[in-house]
Amino acid sequence: MKFDTIIIGGGLSGLVCGIKLQKAGQKCAIVSAGQSAMHFSSGTFDLLGRLPDGTAVENPSEAAGRLDKGHPYSILGTEAVLKYADEAKDFFAECGISVSGDARKNSWRITPAGERKPAWLTLGDFTPLASKDEKIGNRALIVNILGYLDFNTKFLADSFEKQGTECRIAAVRLDEMERLRKNPSEMRATNIARVMDRDGIWEKAALQIKELIREEDVVVLPAVFGLKDASVVDKIRETIGVRTIFAATMPPSVPGIRTQMALRSEFEKAGGRFFLGDTVTGSECRENGEIESVGTVNFGDIRLHADNFVLASGSFFSKGMIASPSKIYEPIFGIDLNYAEGRGNWFDGCFWNRQNYISFGACTKDGLHASINGNTIGNLYVIGSLLGGSNTLYEGCGGGIAIITAMAAADSILNK
Amino acid sequence: MNMQEKNISANNFEQCIKCTVCTVYCPVVPVNPLYPGPKQAGPDGERLRLKKGIYFDDTLKYCMNCKRCEVACPSGVRIGDIIQAARLKYNTQPPKLRDMILASTDLMGSIATKAAPIVNMTVGMKPVKAAMDGVLGIDKHRTFPKYSSRTFEKWFNKNVKAFQESFNRHVSFFHGCFVNYNYPQLGKDLVSVMNSIGYGVHLLDKEKCCGVALISNGMTDRARKNAAINLESIRKSVNERQMPVIGTSSTCSFTLRDEYPHLLGINNEDVRDYIELASRFIYRIVDEGKVKLVFKKDYKARIAYHTPCHMEKLGWGIFSTELLRMIPGAEVTVLESNCCGIAGTYGFKKENYHVSQAIGKPLFEQINKLRPDFVACDCETCKWQIEMSTEYAVKNPISVLAEALDLVATSEANK
Repeated sequence: MKFDTIIIGGGLSGLVCGIKLQKAGQKCAIVSAGQSAMHFSSGTFDLLGRLPDGTAVENPSEAAGRLDKGHPYSILGTEAVLKYADEAKDFFAECGISVSGDARKNSWRITPAGERKPAWLTLGDFTPLASKDEKIGNRALIVNILGYLDFNTKFLADSFEKQGTECRIAAVRLDEMERLRKNPSEMRATNIARVMDRDGIWEKAALQIKELIREEDVVVLPAVFGLKDASVVDKIRETIGVRTIFAATMPPSVPGIRTQMALRSEFEKAGGRFFLGDTVTGSECRENGEIESVGTVNFGDIRLHADNFVLASGSFFSKGMIASPSKIYEPIFGIDLNYAEGRGNWFDGCFWNRQNYISFGACTKDGLHASINGNTIGNLYVIGSLLGGSNTLYEGCGGGIAIITAMAAADSILNK
Repeated sequence: MNMQEKNISANNFEQCIKCTVCTVYCPVVPVNPLYPGPKQAGPDGERLRLKKGIYFDDTLKYCMNCKRCEVACPSGVRIGDIIQAARLKYNTQPPKLRDMILASTDLMGSIATKAAPIVNMTVGMKPVKAAMDGVLGIDKHRTFPKYSSRTFEKWFNKNVKAFQESFNRHVSFFHGCFVNYNYPQLGKDLVSVMNSIGYGVHLLDKEKCCGVALISNGMTDRARKNAAINLESIRKSVNERQMPVIGTSSTCSFTLRDEYPHLLGINNEDVRDYIELASRFIYRIVDEGKVKLVFKKDYKARIAYHTPCHMEKLGWGIFSTELLRMIPGAEVTVLESNCCGIAGTYGFKKENYHVSQAIGKPLFEQINKLRPDFVACDCETCKWQIEMSTEYAVKNPISVLAEALDLVATSEANK
């Protein structure tokens, strides 16, 4: 089966790259071994929150110039990073995904534990805060759904109280939700959303919440609404009538899954082919070292041929990289990776410290091209979290790297 | 450390990282709160069951074995296999009479075809339906598939067997119970299409039901017997006659390839790659330029393709849809990935009927909204479910090809 470009990995990065190529007239396929990390999305994409030396970043577009030369942003250049960051907002809007934010000024998001972290693009469900210690209101009513365990109201209340917001915690009980409670291990965000999204039910919940309000000027709810259609979220805001903030829950993430579904459907609507639940097993090379085709578990003897290949297979979680006791490797092509020698240098014994292994990944000497045994492969690109050179968790730049390198690789392929 | 690396169990449950993605895609969880969900029923429960069998939970019977959890799992854990294997290993209750009847597709088929008009009429009558509902627990809302008065095998042997040798290239056809007892027309369509592209079609020396219904109803001994007979015939076909084995049912093909080794513990490694769906086989030879398809100039159809769950697991929906898209007059829409709810014999059981219809609802709604000329699908039980629950006919892609191809011109082009 022949395509212009085959992308390995169907998460944020792979889909952004695929949509861009497909919309530019290419014929693309995405092979994805299971669902992606978008299912654990925080509801925002970060661009750059902190420099490796610990300096907090206010203006990511400017701070990107101060990163080490191995960082994916440095490889692309500050100008390109800013260009693609600006393009990203329109890109999501065209996919029907509402986002707000600016690459020149970080906003702040509230984590499920009540922490605040820098954010670049925020999904329409959430309310970006202008500063780290912005007060969300004078009095907040934090409302959970009875029996739901992945939304920690106490943590949130504690954190809001630090800014002087007086908090009250309440819960709504809906008959329709009681059925779910029979099975506490499945009383999760997506199952709640499936019930809430039905006509009449979200309205009932919103009216109950409205009843609960006494003197509060802000209501805080878990983001468990609108699994398929984000419009439910706005309708709830309208019905409650008081400023309503949705807070991210523990996984699974309803807004994240909705975004993943929207991106996949945008890719398929444009004519792209998405192969879910399939694993790429190996490749065939041309004489010049370029990739000719890949094989997959499900395709068996039928090979997938393409002019270009994009590796968006992610980091350790999705087996884009695999760590054995003695080495770290990329299992499909065996591309060159940067990582510290000696297992002892991979991690810090204290869980909360900065972990080295997060910065391991593909070394791309020439743009985003992968190399194998030191030889650059002209038609194999690496994007997203498989790229090394940045401690994405510490620096807060995983979302930006996923989106921006995907766009850059797509352009590089289109301009060949 | 080496221990940890190499100590992976048969169904790799220890690779589950508890990410909960599987529970998002389980069709049963949203509609049946009695089901503990794939994570709990699968890898989580397996830890307990390995300690002691008494931790086996009877509610695992609500799993439909659709394998959507496996398709979604980012860690490649065979969640569906873990659940089904646990049912087979720990469930001590003998199957009910109803389950034995539903699972014995072969036996029931061979009896029913002998008196097809009477059987078809009787099982369609209200008092009979009520009796089956009350006494057996087969839901009265179900429409039973019609039986044919002549089996596909009989038709084949009498009408077309003789001239199959006249072709240069050959395949074996695993027709399955549905083609043989209920709908021989699909088998006839397959023979027409394959003959037109220059392939002779042959039956296996002996074919038994693939056993999927036996497995899901806990009758593994009989399933293993069927598997042994089928594999012996398949080996003869593949090894002695160099004929690959093609089928028209996604579930039969999936069972022969994957459920035999994963659930019945039967090694089929030597022939597994030679068992496939006809649509995949035809796609490959068309793509390689070995055969040409010539379509009727006036064929026009708006087709909605439904990907059966086992087709999602096989990852082969693409071959059926790409074949359909080759038809110049066809407008093909691939329906959203949703389970139709029937899951073989699952939806026939009275206790599952409402769950089954609730699972299928989003699919039925999408079909009704789309208003296609017909639905295309590679699974016979999805066909029954969609035809019963919507107003649209469901055709196997091979039957669509048979309709759309100019068979005479195709034969000429492939001489």
